[in-house]
Amino acid sequence: MDASANKVNTVLPESTVRVDLRINGRNYVLPDIWIGENLLYVLRERLGLPGSKNACEQGECGSCSVLVDGMLVCACLVLAADASGCEITTVEGLGRTLADPADSSGQEEGQTQGQGQTQGQGQGQTQEERQGQGQGEQDLAGPTIIASSMPMPQLQDISVTDGMSFEGALSRMHPVQQAFVNTGAIQCGFCTPGLVVAVADLLSHNPHPSALQVREAISGNLCRCTGYGRIFAAVRRAEELLAGTA
Amino acid sequence: MSPMSSASPVPPVLPMSPPMPVAPDTTREGGRRESSGSNGSNGMIGTSGLIGSSVIRPDAVDKARGDFAFSSDLWAEGMLWGKVLRSPHPSARILSIDTARAQQMPGVMAVLTWADLPGDQVFGLDAKDQPVFAHDVVRYAGEPIAAVAATHPELARQAVDAIVVDFEPAIPLVDPDEALSAPATHEAGNVFRHITLRHGDIKAEGDVVVEGTYEVGMQDQAFMGPESGLAIPSSDGSVDLYISTQWLHVDRDQVAACLGLPPELVRLHLAGVGGAFGAREDITIQVQLCLLALRTRRPVKMVFSRAESFLGHVHRHPARMWYRHHARRDGTLVKVEARIVLDGGAYMSSSAAVIANATCFAAGPYRVPSAAVDGFAVRTNNPPCGAMRGFGAVQVCFAYESQMDRLADALQMDPIELRLKNAICSTDRLITGQVVGGTAPVAEVIRAAAEAPLPEPASGDLLELPGGAGRCAEYDKVVRGTGFAVGFKNLLYSEGFDDFSTARCRLDGDMATITCAAAEVGQGFVTLARQVVTETLGVTKVRISSGDTNEIGSAGSTSASRQSWMSGGAVLEACKAVADRVLSMAADTLQVRPETLRLSVGYVVSGDGIPLISLNDLTRGKPVEESVVFHHKPTDPLDSDGQGNAHVSFAFVAHKAVVDVDVELGLVRVVQLSTAQDVGKVLNPLQLLGQIEGGTLQGVGLAVMEELLVADGIVQNPSFTDYLIPTTLDAPDIVVTRLVEEPDPLAPFGAKGAGEMPAISSTPAVVSAIRNATGLALSRVPVRPQDIAFGYAKSDSA
Amino acid sequence: MATMSGIARPVSVEGVLDVLDEDPATQVLAGGTDFMVEVNYGHRKPQSIVALSRVAGMRTWQVVEDHLVIGAGVTYSQVMKEQLADLLPGLAQAARTVGSPQIRNAGTIGGNLGTASPAGDSLPILLALDALVNIRSKHSSRSLRVDEYVIGPKKHALQPGEIIVSVRIPLSDTSQEFLKVGTRNAMVISVAGLALVVDWKSGRVGCGLGSVGPTPIRASEAEAWLAGVIDWENRRIPDRDGYGQEFGRLVARAASPIDDHRSSAAYRSYALSVCGKRAYERIRRQQRQVLPGIVNGE
Repeated sequence: MDASANKVNTVLPESTVRVDLRINGRNYVLPDIWIGENLLYVLRERLGLPGSKNACEQGECGSCSVLVDGMLVCACLVLAADASGCEITTVEGLGRTLADPADSSGQEEGQTQGQGQTQGQGQGQTQEERQGQGQGEQDLAGPTIIASSMPMPQLQDISVTDGMSFEGALSRMHPVQQAFVNTGAIQCGFCTPGLVVAVADLLSHNPHPSALQVREAISGNLCRCTGYGRIFAAVRRAEELLAGTA
Repeated sequence: MSPMSSASPVPPVLPMSPPMPVAPDTTREGGRRESSGSNGSNGMIGTSGLIGSSVIRPDAVDKARGDFAFSSDLWAEGMLWGKVLRSPHPSARILSIDTARAQQMPGVMAVLTWADLPGDQVFGLDAKDQPVFAHDVVRYAGEPIAAVAATHPELARQAVDAIVVDFEPAIPLVDPDEALSAPATHEAGNVFRHITLRHGDIKAEGDVVVEGTYEVGMQDQAFMGPESGLAIPSSDGSVDLYISTQWLHVDRDQVAACLGLPPELVRLHLAGVGGAFGAREDITIQVQLCLLALRTRRPVKMVFSRAESFLGHVHRHPARMWYRHHARRDGTLVKVEARIVLDGGAYMSSSAAVIANATCFAAGPYRVPSAAVDGFAVRTNNPPCGAMRGFGAVQVCFAYESQMDRLADALQMDPIELRLKNAICSTDRLITGQVVGGTAPVAEVIRAAAEAPLPEPASGDLLELPGGAGRCAEYDKVVRGTGFAVGFKNLLYSEGFDDFSTARCRLDGDMATITCAAAEVGQGFVTLARQVVTETLGVTKVRISSGDTNEIGSAGSTSASRQSWMSGGAVLEACKAVADRVLSMAADTLQVRPETLRLSVGYVVSGDGIPLISLNDLTRGKPVEESVVFHHKPTDPLDSDGQGNAHVSFAFVAHKAVVDVDVELGLVRVVQLSTAQDVGKVLNPLQLLGQIEGGTLQGVGLAVMEELLVADGIVQNPSFTDYLIPTTLDAPDIVVTRLVEEPDPLAPFGAKGAGEMPAISSTPAVVSAIRNATGLALSRVPVRPQDIAFGYAKSDSA
Repeated sequence: MATMSGIARPVSVEGVLDVLDEDPATQVLAGGTDFMVEVNYGHRKPQSIVALSRVAGMRTWQVVEDHLVIGAGVTYSQVMKEQLADLLPGLAQAARTVGSPQIRNAGTIGGNLGTASPAGDSLPILLALDALVNIRSKHSSRSLRVDEYVIGPKKHALQPGEIIVSVRIPLSDTSQEFLKVGTRNAMVISVAGLALVVDWKSGRVGCGLGSVGPTPIRASEAEAWLAGVIDWENRRIPDRDGYGQEFGRLVARAASPIDDHRSSAAYRSYALSVCGKRAYERIRRQQRQVLPGIVNGE
């Protein structure tokens, strides 16, 4: 029962639309997508930004949390075609907001290549490649700094000093991401990107939340591995990092 | 862009990185880890002190950045989307399957059914009794019937909807007790396994007898990362499957058999795994994905929706349990009688092993001289059940610990005293006749968990009271209760299974590469492996690869709390073998005896630590490589009386629970769980704490909210909207009062597996606390609001 | 069946109405928290969509004489913010029980009405507040009470071409309470919900119930009973044995719940009676605390 005759790859469901998105400071044009596609699908499957995770696609787990015009929402519940013109920040953009614009893409791309070969086996493609051939053109104006109110990361809690790459990676991360790494808040990691975005959002509005405020603010982010204990610890650490008291 | 391109269909080979970042000790126990001298067999080992430190996960940075490639993040040029059609009926004959319309739809590249399967029609971990695609009958609602591949997921969905199946529905067999006598729903019969366990004097009687029946609902693993993967066909007819799983090689064997291909033409690669907890031990999408890819000659990706995930994997067995405990007046246990019925659902999966555990551990970690236990795992038309964290030990722990409370009540004895009085020791026998052996610090974990101070009373904030955000609580209707439970479980595989793990270590200069197929599912094996390498070889540049199924042999399953022991052991032995060779090479070069040398920070050093020759000089370009296959001590099958040395080792755990109950509305907030656990040796305090906190909360979920509801064979709540797992507002404070470190003499490092134990005694402890608050018997989990509210209203008015 | 395809994102209500006038089968997208779940799971097949996200006029609220007019696009998060929460504490309480912060940032009051689920968390309080649903089409406008608007489980009285533009709530001197029972402490669908409003100015009691019938239900008998026992002149709710319980009993009598996977009919009724009693006591206590000249008995 093989149906593959002479059909083309680009067949889409009926009713397609053009969408222009601005994500992490870059503009993306998607000339032709199915009208029903949610933002999460577009990020993950069309734009090479799979950091936001797809755990339920019904807004019940928070794994796909992103900021749309500064509002924390589930990307799975945003119609991509209704996000045109909005400023979208994903977990991939969170760390970038802190990077020195001067050393942003070039250096990292170099690493991409090297690493790609290590694991490569030639079958995968990097995000850059995907975007290049992508269903859209991208604005090459380069990344812009989005959340400039975020202070630079504090690195006192990295206890190993001889590891350039680990520290280097950490330094390009948002303090919330650093805190998650260093407090054991990550196990399988599937909920992590959504939580990182949610916690960053919380601390940007409420730099010193009470324990109960923390619990309420991230009650929409399910985690099945950690029992939340280390996640609460990570929020505290992030609070200290952001306040410069760590 | 990122070094770990998530777009790549390549599993997360962990980046080599020089540092071994260690978290500052934030854990209660963490500060007191002394550095390990390792296991002492070799004086050269134990240079880094990293075993026992809170080394940070090597994949944490990528995971925090969203750069870690999970199995659902994969992508390939020309990729199609797969989707499975499932039966809506729990029991039906299939009269016809018409795929014509679906095949004609634009963008649809393949529609496949049983007739397209070139190899075996059935698969299974144990008995091969489960069809890849239903043919003439369906035996559960959710059983796959057809698979499609299309250019867009919505088109795949539409194509599935366009397949017309003519069913003749039958009345499903849904009651596990009825299954014992009902007509068979499968040619292999309705009883997966019946174990008759008889131990000691089964005619013995106690002065005090307590009896009870208990039920455990169907819990789901509910991991966050849905079943997903990417299959890429090759022109030679072979296929590469990138998949999230717990056991690459057992998947490979089943997939290859169904595809009718030799195993070496089916290469499985571990893609990032978003949690497992047992649900990824059976194959789910593997065969369909490969078949679609081979037939379309295109890469095919499949990602389950949450609804499909709930229907597509096995669940924890629901249990019905009858118990009668006999004791002397002084509380000494005399005999335990039990009848345990596990509903295995439509297909066998690991039911036979789950019922063995439930039967063997039915009496708890107590000295029980006589026992008569009948354990049944039966086939019904309910969803198939199999492995979940705790594996048979969870269900019976709820029953025997409820019985111990009941017995304490009957004896008017302190429940903790009763448990201490009967706590088993390493020289005692289990009800299987096996001497516990090894280490069994049961009394220690009981005492330590019991001694935790009680938390402050609840504040008046409604968010912190039962009902939480619904703000329905009334402070003066909230009653606090405390409860206690002890549990235990076997480590590793049992009953004579030839369990092993394979690992390869390659040292090239000052960089070590470990290849081991142990599935990292979040538990932290990759961290431990790095710790072991640095500990044994003194190098910090470590690359951990899970390889593919052709590159390395099996590491066994990431289950049964076994990977630290088995694959940790395999990595340790491989590293030691490399170290031996390197030291011999150095000894030759330096003209000294190898015993006078050891490895440290990239050098061969003298006994007093003076660097003599660098590993770069010694091995760069001349890599030293060793592979090992690590086995544990063999075990025996159970005999016809359920007796035998069937298990390798055991670990023990206790929880004390504090709950607040709105006795009028029947809502519960679990305030605190304090716990102590027998861990043998702490290898990474931070990761261990994560296992304990996470497992404990899963037990809380089973106690008060988690149940997959099945009505007439149909799952009623296959979504995160209605299958409720604890949120941050449901999570208690979890306090680890003690990690008991009595090294297991058989285990590498002396460390016992720790992943499952926290999920065992937390459930009965919470229910015991709710009983304490309400005075109700509560013999079923999860405890529902109406169980408390109506029971309490009745007892209140009486 | 839609005759057009694609998405329209007008910036004015008129623009939305024009689209719907041209093709009444066009699907209306508000916050997306229900709409997109249906799309994601294949239960809704959008062809043509009109999105309300850019209609700025629908995303604000204002006081118009003695009424509050809340735009249909106002989110739960907006409702929870200070000024609006001060005016309508019961609505703010209800909003805080909706889903998660992510859902509350996206979901809207109009969307909750649009879905018309019996479990819609804002509906009991809108019912109790005597809210009017303002409905417009290109050629007409009308207003319905919430119990006129919701006509069945997930069924409403909108005609083709019509949308909800706002809700209108009388501003008065009220006490408000909202309680919701669910089996998890956050992010849970209501098993039973109850909203109670005592309007001191007009001498009126409003009581709305959720998840205990095919639609949100008004507990009229309970309302009348409570209105009868309140000492309106002295603004006192009597502190008498059995009064709270009686109110709870009457509230539960108004319900017609069902057994489903979330709970049992019996528990729903029972929980409602408990919530009724508790709401009664909470408002009674609030009133004693805030009234000048009355000795605080707490």
